[in-house]
Amino acid sequence: MADLLWLIPALPLAGFLVILVLGRRLGEPGAGVVATLATASSFLVVAATYFDLLGRPEEERNLVLRVFEWVPVGSLKVDMALAADPLSIAMALFVTGISSLIHLYAIGYMKGDPKFPKFFMYLNLFVFSMLMLVMGENLLVTFLGWEGVGACSYFLISFWHDRESAATAGKKAFVTNRVGDWGMMVAMFLAFSAVGTLSYGAINHAAEKGQIAAVTATGIALMLLVAACGKSAQLPLYLWLPDAMEGPTPVSALIHAATMVTSGVFLLTRMAPVLDAAHPWATDVIAVVGAATALFAATIAVAQTDIKKVLAYSTVSQLGFMFLAIGSGAYVAAVFHMITHAFFKALLFLGSGSVIHGMHHEQDMRRMGALRKVMPITGFTFIIGWLAIAGVPPFAGFWSKDEILLYAFANNRALWAVGMVTALLTAYYMTRQVVMVFFGEARWHDAAAAHGAHGDHSHEGEPHESPWVMTAPLVVLAALSVVGGGMQLPFSKSTHWLEHWLAPVVHGAEADIKGTWAYDNKWWLLVLAILVASAGIAASIAVYSRGRARPIEPTVLADGWRYDSLVSAVVGGPGRAAFQAVADADAGIVDGAVNGTGRVVLSLSGLVRRTQTGFVRGYAAIVGAGAVLVLAWFLLRGWT
Amino acid sequence: MSGVMLAATSAPVPFPILTALVLVPVIGASIVSLMSTRMPEQVKLVATVVSVSTAAMSLWLLSSFDSHSGGFQFVSRHEWIETWGISWHLGVDGIALFMVVLTGILFPLVILGVDPHHDEKRYLAWLLMLEAGVMGSFLSLDLFLFFVFFEIVLVPMYFLIGGWGYDKRVYAATKFFLYTMLGSAFMLVGIVATAALASRDLGRFTFDLVEIAERSDLATSTGRWLFASFAVAFAVKVPLFPVHTWLPDAHTQAPTGGSVILAGVLLKLGTYGFLRFGLYLFPEASVWARPALLTLAVIGVLWGAIAATMQRDLKRLVAYSSVAHLGFIVLGTFAITSQALTGSVVQMVNHGVSTGALFLLVGMIYERRHTREIAELRGIQSVAPIFAAAFMVVMLSSIGVPGLNGFVGEFLVLIGSFETARWWTVVAATGVILAALYLLWAYQRVFHGPVDEANAGFGEMNLREGSLILVFIGIIVFTGLYPKPMLERIEPSVGRLVEHVESRTEFRAPAGGASHGGGG
Repeated sequence: MADLLWLIPALPLAGFLVILVLGRRLGEPGAGVVATLATASSFLVVAATYFDLLGRPEEERNLVLRVFEWVPVGSLKVDMALAADPLSIAMALFVTGISSLIHLYAIGYMKGDPKFPKFFMYLNLFVFSMLMLVMGENLLVTFLGWEGVGACSYFLISFWHDRESAATAGKKAFVTNRVGDWGMMVAMFLAFSAVGTLSYGAINHAAEKGQIAAVTATGIALMLLVAACGKSAQLPLYLWLPDAMEGPTPVSALIHAATMVTSGVFLLTRMAPVLDAAHPWATDVIAVVGAATALFAATIAVAQTDIKKVLAYSTVSQLGFMFLAIGSGAYVAAVFHMITHAFFKALLFLGSGSVIHGMHHEQDMRRMGALRKVMPITGFTFIIGWLAIAGVPPFAGFWSKDEILLYAFANNRALWAVGMVTALLTAYYMTRQVVMVFFGEARWHDAAAAHGAHGDHSHEGEPHESPWVMTAPLVVLAALSVVGGGMQLPFSKSTHWLEHWLAPVVHGAEADIKGTWAYDNKWWLLVLAILVASAGIAASIAVYSRGRARPIEPTVLADGWRYDSLVSAVVGGPGRAAFQAVADADAGIVDGAVNGTGRVVLSLSGLVRRTQTGFVRGYAAIVGAGAVLVLAWFLLRGWT
Repeated sequence: MSGVMLAATSAPVPFPILTALVLVPVIGASIVSLMSTRMPEQVKLVATVVSVSTAAMSLWLLSSFDSHSGGFQFVSRHEWIETWGISWHLGVDGIALFMVVLTGILFPLVILGVDPHHDEKRYLAWLLMLEAGVMGSFLSLDLFLFFVFFEIVLVPMYFLIGGWGYDKRVYAATKFFLYTMLGSAFMLVGIVATAALASRDLGRFTFDLVEIAERSDLATSTGRWLFASFAVAFAVKVPLFPVHTWLPDAHTQAPTGGSVILAGVLLKLGTYGFLRFGLYLFPEASVWARPALLTLAVIGVLWGAIAATMQRDLKRLVAYSSVAHLGFIVLGTFAITSQALTGSVVQMVNHGVSTGALFLLVGMIYERRHTREIAELRGIQSVAPIFAAAFMVVMLSSIGVPGLNGFVGEFLVLIGSFETARWWTVVAATGVILAALYLLWAYQRVFHGPVDEANAGFGEMNLREGSLILVFIGIIVFTGLYPKPMLERIEPSVGRLVEHVESRTEFRAPAGGASHGGGG
């Protein structure tokens, strides 16, 4: 099987190349079909690899394929190598699986777009990069994927590039991510300097053996955190993700919810032994960043009116949960939540895309309502996604979120409390969204009337259900959101299937917290979580459905605590002024000195030129004076 | 060690390939300048044949280069001025090899791809003369010979900028000439003094680089003032902050072909000089001067990038990006580790390819719009998607996205420098953020957004332009994905250089944590 590992990234790469060369001839839907097939066949190879690994004894579940020597210089030997182990295959399974569904969906969503083939070309390149990221055998191959997904994200956010806002959002995403890339590069330098290799296996092995000094491990951990904050949109670098919603909705679902944004969590999990070898405060920092981001983004989501912005902030918040898990040592829970989140958040985004599609590019929830009647499949599946994210048992999100909170409680009760408040808010804002979009009265008649008044699209004003290529993925994802929690259930040791699967490479088993109060009382915590979720849902229904209280949506929350505008003001104001000052100094001072020297020389030579009078008597006088001086010098020197 | 090197130098060479690399362009230039201006096609044909055959020779050199040897190969040596110990001494090692190949490839691409606006004959003659000078500089193993070629380069470049450049060409050409001339004046003094002082150890007067570097006492002592005199010339040529301001003017005012050559190979004379006549000739002084040069390099990385961000002229922006990229090269050079030095050499080639391609693309924009002002360009991606895509690939290469060539050099420089110049490296690495900022912002303003009336007629890339850029993109992708053939030819020579420095100074390059074992 190891010999065939290359097929996993090669298939989407082949799709990319085929569309690159033949895109225009394939046209619509040909390019979409090619791209979907490429991704789906990659999924099949991943699945085959999964079963292959499953059939092996635990310690042999680690296949490595060295494709070629990539960057060999002296003691640095980096191979273009792929690794299939429980973690990378778990990642690759949900990445290719969800990608296939979203590719299929996009055939419907992107219908009629003049750049239809190009869209699928980028999507396939993205899947290739994402697979390199998760399957890389060393940090540099992961970095290749890491930057590749970043570049694809940039292409796809600014896909509708003649829109100024889309172009700006794409650039913002890339540049902000580069801050994270800086962190990743420094982490690589530290790791190479300490261990002499970039291979995950060797670095983690050295960390487990205690061969990496705690201070070095702490440095690596913090630099990886910087990297992860960029890619996974955590404080203070999350800014690019809400803007990334400028991209087509399948992109939001695939890149900015299910897959790419989880790379940071993946990277930290991959390097878990190094994190464990660091000073304990390093993981505390990760937990605090996660908890703070989770709460911060959830408060913002409460006041958003754009259907996609709610989901964007929700994604930031849920990623915060995963960071909280990592910081609490719950690596398995982080992966668990990553996977269930991929199911339900992809579902919610695709559902919102279906709504946007059906509403003719309307994204304001205030002009929606009662859509479940005209869009039954979208409505039904969206409701499942809502129950999953809100933490209602037995849907997927409940189990994974609960496991994170359990570890958080064992680790630090204050952070657990933050997590609980976030869970409450999550249930609240998601219920708000569902009520505003699918229940209540239909507010889109006014919008349709307004459209009609303009005399265009009046016959298209009615919302409609989306075609089967779009609803079928919704149904599959809804099913996964229902049963996804089954991969890791807290009932007994044997129901922790994901934990067992990941055990050879990822630790963070429940045994770690055995003996803590949290472990002994985990069922009470579970009940508390259910109560909190119910309270959030009930409050939201009371406000938005029954009208019992006025909604609390202060503009400061709608504006994201004005953090974005503050950063923009600093970057655009003093930041830009400082850059301009450097450019001016370069022209004025540095170059000015050069030109000034030139002018001085020129004017001096102008003075000297006057001595060139052409009169022999003048020259003779100078020669004579010179001779006297030379003579004098020799005489004086002779005396001493 | 010196015995190995001398053995390599005395190996018999059936065909004097290196001499041919220098002389063929000279002969070509002479023929072109003797031809009649009324036969432009024939003139172009001759220039093309000459440059293409030079490229072919450089590729032959690449293929027959022995990648296991770090010494000088294909050595050709003839006494020239015997009394002063000056000889026609040419040789190529893994460091010079890729400079030669880059030069060999870039010239025919420029000759085939970009037409001057007038007086093609003289333009081509100067260009071929320039190629000879550059080749000679990269191949010389004699200090005096090097100086001659180094100075020869100035003349054609001066005339190319002054004769075929844009509106402020005379100012830019004069500034370029005076600035670099001033630097060389210091070097000339340094060269003569070096030969004179080395003669005390060697017992005879010689300008032979290998002999002085391997046998004389200069390597371990008294070299500091001499090194400084060379360093001034190279710092101007690189250019290193704060002596870089001739570059934006020269780059912006030069004709497109001139800019490509200027960025592609001429700047490398400076960085190559630091390797060959800095580290190799004066190891002790190089180690002594490390902190200062590393600091200037890192300032250059940030300063160049920040200044690039605020430029209004697209070509000037690319010029400032060169200052930043060349800063990385100097950082890698004075970090003196195997990875960093290899990265520097790789980055020299990659900068030539990426920035060369960027200048070509900016030239194509100018041909269409007769402006390089970013503010006048807008929404071009809507009307010329292929052009935009080509620009995008080249831009990502320049930003240093892995999988493309720019990353390989930059990454090796940084990971290698981290071993011996940790904090400089951490600061320099922030340059990768700035690189994304200035290029992406420029790209957005030029290519994104709705297209306006002035740009609506922007022509898509034609076949000739497309094939030209495709060659560059081919190199960009290949080097990014499979740099091994390049790295394995550079590394032995770089390894020797590190050893050379270590054997003559207290400096020790750590082997990248190799004591823990390489791991799998």
